[in-house]
Amino acid sequence: MSDPQHVVIVGAGQAGGQLAAELRQIGFAGSITLIGEEPHLPYKRPPLSKAYLAGTATQDSLLVMPRATFDKARIGFIGSTRVTKIDRAAKTVELQDGRNIGYDKLALCTGGRARPLPIPGADKPNVFLVRTIADIDAIRAHCAAGKRVTIIGGGFIGLEIAAVLVKAGLKVTVLEGLPRVLARVTVPQMSEFFERVHREAGVDLRTSAQIKSLDGDPVAHVTFADGSRVDTDFVIIGIGLIANVELAQSAGLPIDNGIVVDEHAVTSDPDIVAAGDCTNHPNAHFGRRLRLESVQNALEQARAAAHTLAGKPKPYDAVPWFWSDQYDVKLQMVGLSTGFDQMILRGDPKTQRAFSAFYLGDGKLIAADCVTKPADFALAKKLVAIRAQLDPAKLADETIPLKTFLPA
Amino acid sequence: MPKVTYVQPDGAEQTLDAPVGQSIMETATRNMVNGIIGECGGCCSCATCHVYVDEAWYGKLEPKDQMEEAMLEGAVEPAPRSRLSCQIKMSDALDGIVVRIPAGQA
Repeated sequence: MSDPQHVVIVGAGQAGGQLAAELRQIGFAGSITLIGEEPHLPYKRPPLSKAYLAGTATQDSLLVMPRATFDKARIGFIGSTRVTKIDRAAKTVELQDGRNIGYDKLALCTGGRARPLPIPGADKPNVFLVRTIADIDAIRAHCAAGKRVTIIGGGFIGLEIAAVLVKAGLKVTVLEGLPRVLARVTVPQMSEFFERVHREAGVDLRTSAQIKSLDGDPVAHVTFADGSRVDTDFVIIGIGLIANVELAQSAGLPIDNGIVVDEHAVTSDPDIVAAGDCTNHPNAHFGRRLRLESVQNALEQARAAAHTLAGKPKPYDAVPWFWSDQYDVKLQMVGLSTGFDQMILRGDPKTQRAFSAFYLGDGKLIAADCVTKPADFALAKKLVAIRAQLDPAKLADETIPLKTFLPA
Repeated sequence: MPKVTYVQPDGAEQTLDAPVGQSIMETATRNMVNGIIGECGGCCSCATCHVYVDEAWYGKLEPKDQMEEAMLEGAVEPAPRSRLSCQIKMSDALDGIVVRIPAGQA
């Protein structure tokens, strides 16, 4: 099979960048055009809410690859531009400036955008979302010791930002609408642990917060449903991501909580692949379809998509993993705990800052959340991958090393 | 500028300029070296930048911390001179260092 002549990649995030690089690494000889909405070459997003916000990582260090590498690899980059339309019959994409670009194969790596908060006042100039370098630059301009910041959303993004800003000397309030933080991703015991860690660090963390409006222009306080208020100098919103599926949808590609693709990252159109946060894809390990928001998913699915485009198909088959750094605490999660029937703790989240939670489904290890327990995580990764059948009593016995559960 | 050589499982070599202070993982990913992924971006969370350091150089490295030691247990095909390349910061003393990429990692 001969290589397609021109691959166009829509979206220059981590998936788009990896797809382009992988095509070259596996010997694809045709031309590659990468189109991004931001002015930047593909960059790493995870440090945005951590080292970049803290000021310990430079913009250049965020770049996945410098311009010279793109040039050397003959990867064309068009930045600051949106693709507005795909014409599948003519095999062209239309850019917002009216230009049309032809493709032989198209890759959709459109990612997602930060979910806006649908309440009055959220459009004021001192209210920020978190997704891009520009977002963090804008937030940093408001950060100074003693300033009051209100973070809406107690997910990973909100909590990571709280950790950085409280360390920088700001007065931090975190407001979570649900009864506990991290409710979408983990169990109550883990939520309780993270709530304790943040409160001990000095964060005013409030759950079940019913926000009515952001008041003042610029916003000067947050008003709750019961009429009470919190004064604030600025507001950061971290309430999740909306997958960017509209372009694919308007081109008639099937959408179901993401762009529907198969295990080779192919959409219903054999000339169009998709990868990253925007896809709904089959996961062989868990036997169901998933839409994941993670770097691992972006990079590994993009690699699978590149293999498909280069005519060397290699299915995407990964056990999901995630991480989050907050203060001295490193959370590493592997697998998906949804639907577990038994949770086993090694260590005590009520009193310690290092422990692990293991999730069993039908006696098999389906997931683990490891808090500053990198060795547990490393082993759990292997145990989840082989669907290890574990005896709950032995797993709960910390005198039995985890290593002994691996088959010889 | 100091140099680092990456050796692929098939023996192919690539020698690159490595700015002082940059990690050997970053030098690899910024130059599209096969087999070094660096999923976590260098925060010692993923073990996808695992390399074997050549004997002549292994002893010159700063020792592994506990986190790296633990993460290496979960790496692909760990061996006695395994390191996470995100934890090796380039310095003039390491000019010429040779690292090998595990076969199963590509």
